[in-house]
Amino acid sequence: MDSVTKRYPDGTVAVDRLSLEIPDRSITVLVGPSGCGKTTTLRMINRMVEPSEGTILLDGEDLQRQPVTTLRRSMGYVIQNAGLFQHRTILDNIATVPRMLGRGKQKSRERAAELMERVGLDASLAKRYPYQLSGGQQQRVGVARALAADPPVLLMDEPFSAVDPVVRKGLQDELLRIQDELGKTIVFVTHDIDEAIKLGTMVAVMRTGGRLAQFAPPAELLSDPADAFVEDFLGADRGIRRLSFFSSAGLELTRGPVVRADAGAERLAAADGAPHLLVTDADGRPLGWAEPRGLSAGDLAAGPLLSCGRPFVPGTDSLRAALDCAVLSPTGWAVAVDADGRVIGVVSQQTIGEAIRSAHGAGSPGDERTAEEPADVTKVAP
Amino acid sequence: MNVLNFVNAFFSDGAHWHGYDGIPTRLVEHVQYTLMALGLAAAIGLPVGLLTGHTGRGGNAVAFVATAARALPSFGLLVLIAVVVGIGLLPVMIPLVVLAVPPILVTTYEAVRSLDPAPVDAARGMGMTETGILFRVELPVALPLVLSGLRSAAIQVVSTATIAAYVSLGGLGRYIIDGLYQRDYEKVVGGAALVALLALVTLAVFWAAGRFVVSPGVRRR
Ligand SMILES: Nc1ncnc2c1ncn2[C@@H]1O[C@H](COP(=O)(O)OP(=O)(O)O)[C@@H](O)[C@H]1O
Ligand SMILES: [Mg+2]
Repeated sequence: MDSVTKRYPDGTVAVDRLSLEIPDRSITVLVGPSGCGKTTTLRMINRMVEPSEGTILLDGEDLQRQPVTTLRRSMGYVIQNAGLFQHRTILDNIATVPRMLGRGKQKSRERAAELMERVGLDASLAKRYPYQLSGGQQQRVGVARALAADPPVLLMDEPFSAVDPVVRKGLQDELLRIQDELGKTIVFVTHDIDEAIKLGTMVAVMRTGGRLAQFAPPAELLSDPADAFVEDFLGADRGIRRLSFFSSAGLELTRGPVVRADAGAERLAAADGAPHLLVTDADGRPLGWAEPRGLSAGDLAAGPLLSCGRPFVPGTDSLRAALDCAVLSPTGWAVAVDADGRVIGVVSQQTIGEAIRSAHGAGSPGDERTAEEPADVTKVAP
Repeated sequence: MNVLNFVNAFFSDGAHWHGYDGIPTRLVEHVQYTLMALGLAAAIGLPVGLLTGHTGRGGNAVAFVATAARALPSFGLLVLIAVVVGIGLLPVMIPLVVLAVPPILVTTYEAVRSLDPAPVDAARGMGMTETGILFRVELPVALPLVLSGLRSAAIQVVSTATIAAYVSLGGLGRYIIDGLYQRDYEKVVGGAALVALLALVTLAVFWAAGRFVVSPGVRRR
């Protein structure tokens, strides 16, 4: 988008000289407060709204050079309340664009069935009508319908805003999974900064009046907000949230305080000095924390145990998850488990704190910045 | 003698069942007038209603035309046109069409205009043409209301088509008018009963049509 402006007939400037380069095969999120021109920007991409000034190029070619229906048929479009056709079955809703493109009824339906599976809809829903589906399911149908003709571009306008938080999380995870498989160029509009940070490869923060405030990968947004508006929009705990982008793989774990419930007296003696012991069952799954004093060897699980809370999986979970475990742990130690839930070690808040400092020192994940930016560290370090 | 006796006497008289003034003939004539008037009214009301509803423009004009048409008395119109153009089918059709257009036009316009805008937006965004949107997205969902407009028009035309008899045409109105003239109340009540029956049949036809052409997804059953 090159210096694009949209002025509505009533004089409202919805988008003001916006220039954006939307990368191929990744998710670009437009985020900002209500009325800042996100929808207008998105709708200029499929020419539901025509720009007043500036040009929009797709793969180097001006959008205006294509017939508008051809353009739109090459882009999937998903809106807030799905906008399903209530007189058509789920299968026929999804088959709409292939049918429009002249593919046969049978072929289109086969394709639709394929997509139902891809977006996680049970095949038994195929013959149902939209009113028989929950909001979350309808939204999945909306996504499937947009993907049906396999368009290279997908435009999504607050697609998950109208569903409850649990369903929304499921839909977001599903979108990321689908994107991994299909590699579409997705432009995603939301007013929810957390959603933007979770989904976006690149995030464009817009401010009221339709101006671009910052265009950056989410981690950079969190570490280096361009100005007070962006910083404010990101919210108070952006330092903590930024930890989501660091892996917990490098954390130094210790097995010292980890003992099996049937451990003998000498094992207990070896662990002496640790303020707390993590008792596990014979398989190595965590049972709880125990005070070392007054424990009788042989059946540690019999004594009073403090809950060990939710463990984290090093490498899979982020540094933020590890910190969260440590903060919630009654002992201040986070429990690390493998994918099967067996304890591989424990780590203290202090160790996690050091990891955070060194992670920030090394700069944002995935970019080349170094510790030359002390301001970055002081902003986040406790 | 009460009304039921009149009805009974009328229908059991064998002379009323054949000939040019028999019930089958008059019934067929009445249905013909009704279908013709309804067809003409639908040919005007449906396209105009769909188009104004789809574009959202011309709503005021629609409301004005409908109100004006409703203010015209059918019988007065019949007499007026009969005086101007003489006796025939035209003075019958014009008042009937004027009667039937407003319910069709107004409900069709309202039905399309008040649709949820989201599916229309989605359809446009996926590259559907405007005609496609109107006929494949809007009309199927607006259909129950459109049918109800046609239904009230049909009921009104069925009962008002009796005026054809005033200009020497046939239809069930013949019994009522001739009966009144001849002071044959058996005939009057019998004719009125037939008109009422035809109105009920019309309701049944529309009910069946609704079951048949409206998607279960719209009926929500
Ligand atoms: N069709 C329209 N006519 C006039 N003003 C509009 C129209 N659509 C949107 N606007 C105005 O343009 C601004 C941006 O709207 P929009 O792009 O919908 O914002 P967002 O999606 O970020 O909430 C708002 O001030 C809105 O009132
Ligand atoms: Mg919006």
